[in-house]
Amino acid sequence: MIALLLRDLRLAVRAGGGFGLGLVFFLIVVTLVPFGVGPEGGVLARIAPGILWLGALLACLLSLDRIFALDQEDGSLDLLATAPIPMEAVVAIKALAHWLTTGLPLTIAAPVLAVLLHLPQGAYGWLVLSLLVGTPALSVLGTFGAALTVGLRRGGLLLSLLVLPLYVPTLIFGAELVRRGAEGRTVEVPLLMLAGITAATIALMPFASAAAIRMNLRQT
Amino acid sequence: MADLLTVRDLTVSRGGMAVLEGVNFTLASGAALILRGPNGIGKTTLLRTIAGLQPPVAGTVSAPAGLAYAAHADGLKGALTVRENLTFWARLHGTAGIAPALTRMNLDALADRPAATLSAGQKRRLGLARLLVTGAALWVMDEPTVSLDADSVALFGQVVRDHLAGGGGALIATHIDPGLAAGTLDLSPFRARIRRLDGFDEAFG
Repeated sequence: MIALLLRDLRLAVRAGGGFGLGLVFFLIVVTLVPFGVGPEGGVLARIAPGILWLGALLACLLSLDRIFALDQEDGSLDLLATAPIPMEAVVAIKALAHWLTTGLPLTIAAPVLAVLLHLPQGAYGWLVLSLLVGTPALSVLGTFGAALTVGLRRGGLLLSLLVLPLYVPTLIFGAELVRRGAEGRTVEVPLLMLAGITAATIALMPFASAAAIRMNLRQT
Repeated sequence: MADLLTVRDLTVSRGGMAVLEGVNFTLASGAALILRGPNGIGKTTLLRTIAGLQPPVAGTVSAPAGLAYAAHADGLKGALTVRENLTFWARLHGTAGIAPALTRMNLDALADRPAATLSAGQKRRLGLARLLVTGAALWVMDEPTVSLDADSVALFGQVVRDHLAGGGGALIATHIDPGLAAGTLDLSPFRARIRRLDGFDEAFG
């Protein structure tokens, strides 16, 4: 299982692996916002939590279709399925690898980009915490979407349509946490909701993803 | 010798149609069985069913838990070297030491080349070296000799004979005889009468 994680991480950072694409996309989205909204600090500061979370969410979406599609194309998904390792573990490891190459870099880069959006001083810690707690759910839910669409040609758009509605609760509570943090209000409720969503998806979604993969492996 | 693989009254389907029905055979350890039949008869579907990638429509397959399946595609990552590819599969199957497998499949000189730069035949040799590092008793192979040259086919035949001599078994779908003293099963008599399977599930296949 460690071997699978190391392989996926190594593939992500090798040429053509797509590591950093999501990060650069996040950077561009966030830098474009002041151009579109105008450089007025008050407006930017008010929308900063939502923009940062939306940017992170879309950046996360970019690399989802690679999770299983590449393994399916070169046949390794079939071989993984026949290896003595449960499919649930395979999809969980895949989700973890996706988070380490997407969610974690986004979390680390977010405070730097928040400067561009005039995020209030007190909210930086909450921004990092909200992304740290919330982005694993994005990877796990995204892995489920990728598992559902693995056999489809050009499944990327369908994957986005399937997964984005599932991201709504995480987006709501993640952005709300940062907003409350920025205003100096209590953050317990959105933080607990965010953590609860992440914990529940990590516990349940690998089973759903594994079932979807098994269904897609059948040629019937 | 103990039976490694037993297939009883097996019906397999592809695309919602039964393609083979009533397939019966057993494979003892130390023996190999070659599956033959015209294109499209369902060799791949039968092998995928035995490998556990899809459920049988009817009948039973009793196979050892850890079998090694080699499909048309070798499952190689072009960005990784030959050694990295093989090490990954070895660790996934909980075995150590890929050096013997590299040597057996004549891949030593290529060990540090990225798999993307290999020729089709070299990739296939790497795909077959994967079988050696799985440590599995039963090898299920789908057209293993495709794109191999004559020397490599002979090499492959020797590797399979050694595997059988060690108590393993091999089930091979092929049109080329790799020089094994193996039984042959012609699948033509098992061709299913054309009929659509009922059931809602198939719509999602």
